[in-house]
Amino acid sequence: MNPAVLIASVYVFALAAFLGYQVISRVPPLLHTPLMSATNAISGISLIGSLVLAGATHSPVAHILGFIAVTASTINVVGGFGITDRMLKMFGKRKDEGKKAPAAGASQ
Amino acid sequence: MSLTSYFMEATYLVASILFVLALKGMSHPETARRGMFMAEGGMFMAIVGTLIGAHIVTWEWILVGLTIGSIIGIWMALFVPMTSMPQRTALSHAFGALAAALVGVGEFIIRGSEMTVVTRGALGFEVMLGALTTTGSLIAAGKLHGTIPGKPIQFRGQNAINLVIFLIMTGSFVYFWMHPSVIAAFYTMLGVAFVFGVMLVIPIGSADMPVVMSLLNSYAGLAAAATGFVLGNNVLIIAGTLDGFSGFILSVLMCKAMNRSITNVLFGGFGAVIATASTNVGGVMREITLDDAAMQLAFANRVIFVPGYGLATAQAQHAVRELGELLESRGVTVKYAIHPVAGRMPGHMNVLLAEANVPYSQLYEMEQINPEFPSTDVAVVIGANDVVNPDARDNPNSLIAGMPILEVDRAKSVIVLKRGQGRGFSGLENPLFFKSNTNMLYGDAKSTLSHLAQAVQHV
Repeated sequence: MNPAVLIASVYVFALAAFLGYQVISRVPPLLHTPLMSATNAISGISLIGSLVLAGATHSPVAHILGFIAVTASTINVVGGFGITDRMLKMFGKRKDEGKKAPAAGASQ
Repeated sequence: MSLTSYFMEATYLVASILFVLALKGMSHPETARRGMFMAEGGMFMAIVGTLIGAHIVTWEWILVGLTIGSIIGIWMALFVPMTSMPQRTALSHAFGALAAALVGVGEFIIRGSEMTVVTRGALGFEVMLGALTTTGSLIAAGKLHGTIPGKPIQFRGQNAINLVIFLIMTGSFVYFWMHPSVIAAFYTMLGVAFVFGVMLVIPIGSADMPVVMSLLNSYAGLAAAATGFVLGNNVLIIAGTLDGFSGFILSVLMCKAMNRSITNVLFGGFGAVIATASTNVGGVMREITLDDAAMQLAFANRVIFVPGYGLATAQAQHAVRELGELLESRGVTVKYAIHPVAGRMPGHMNVLLAEANVPYSQLYEMEQINPEFPSTDVAVVIGANDVVNPDARDNPNSLIAGMPILEVDRAKSVIVLKRGQGRGFSGLENPLFFKSNTNMLYGDAKSTLSHLAQAVQHV
């Protein structure tokens, strides 16, 4: 990795950390479990690194390692998004009744 | 750069933006689901972009891996019960970290000799963090699932041994960093990191799991971010960092809610010191009959339910919602008070109650609900203990002194649903149970709640 790329990467990291702090500290405790599950699914993006490892070389060892990594991160992506959605669907339920004051549990 | 590579980079950029927007949607339950659709779209684009742009030469391993992973993932998404959410999440931290560690090992095998110092540092960090998070999360999942005893596993000299393991791990990391030709250093680091993950989590008790889960979440994310540095891939850096920081923020929040520091949770050995420190509170616990409890509830104006981990183990979330609805139909105001560390992971109680159809507008955070206890007729504590222990507020010598609590003891009357007369997980005596306005109702929370509901109907 040459210095220019490294510095750019550090910028990306620092800005993502800052942005993450801003965005995530606004998530109410109500949704902390779905948040954990969602960020987990999102970090399943390491799937793209796994895909390259499993398929872009001719090394058999890389194929095996890549295969396990692809399987593990696909479980995270598919399972993670699926479960997050199932949870969030539950939080959406009965909002149409509207018999209570606006979401007290949801305001920070 | 070829056209397909540009296309791939473009999908990564779009995916990064969509991920951030998705987390922004998480700030409210109404927008959260839409946000997740965006993240799913971003993920799909990034995968397609990679398959088109990354010069894939062999497809069979990729296709088999994607298929197996999807089948297991779909099975998980459809069939894992909400009560198993903590162990499911711990398991997914393990998978994420394992993927990061393996990608690192693969990179080392293929390109290890030609790496620059910086890349090698990132690689070591990625593999070390990935490996220890994998085994640590597996142990956490085992504890949460009950496969491994939830009590802290401790022995004499544990911290010293852990320190030695940690030093060997970081030592071989530094050695590998300085001397890339010594392959043994890399694999020593990998192996020792796996062991360190186990050692890190076994001494931690189940009650501290919310902190551990958040920390492992953070590590898994940072391992993914380090992968991004190794591969020079920005979307990995961004997604990993978002995950890492989310976990970090949650750990800080959980620690605050227990008035403890992260080091104290990791190395404090909470369970060990309890036996000597617990004070004897004089007095008797008063038992109440089901009918009397039902009477109290039925004629109350305001009732607050306080769920704890006992609600999850008894799977009593539907029973409490039925009782709550019944009381509401009689004109009682019903609210639920949620302590941040109630249960085994951040937000655990909220998810269970949402599953049982309790509208989220009835779920209140600690700061919001505490001023309301003095004007509450009956507070019903369901399988919660430490989070309602008044000692934390009143007794500076208590082990949990300073931990913010739900002040149920200020309610006019308290009914505590408890499995038996024993102490809670932490082993601390809870003076709440001996107060004159507290009544105990022993038994399985689920059947007790449904019997209460029947009794309320007959009042």
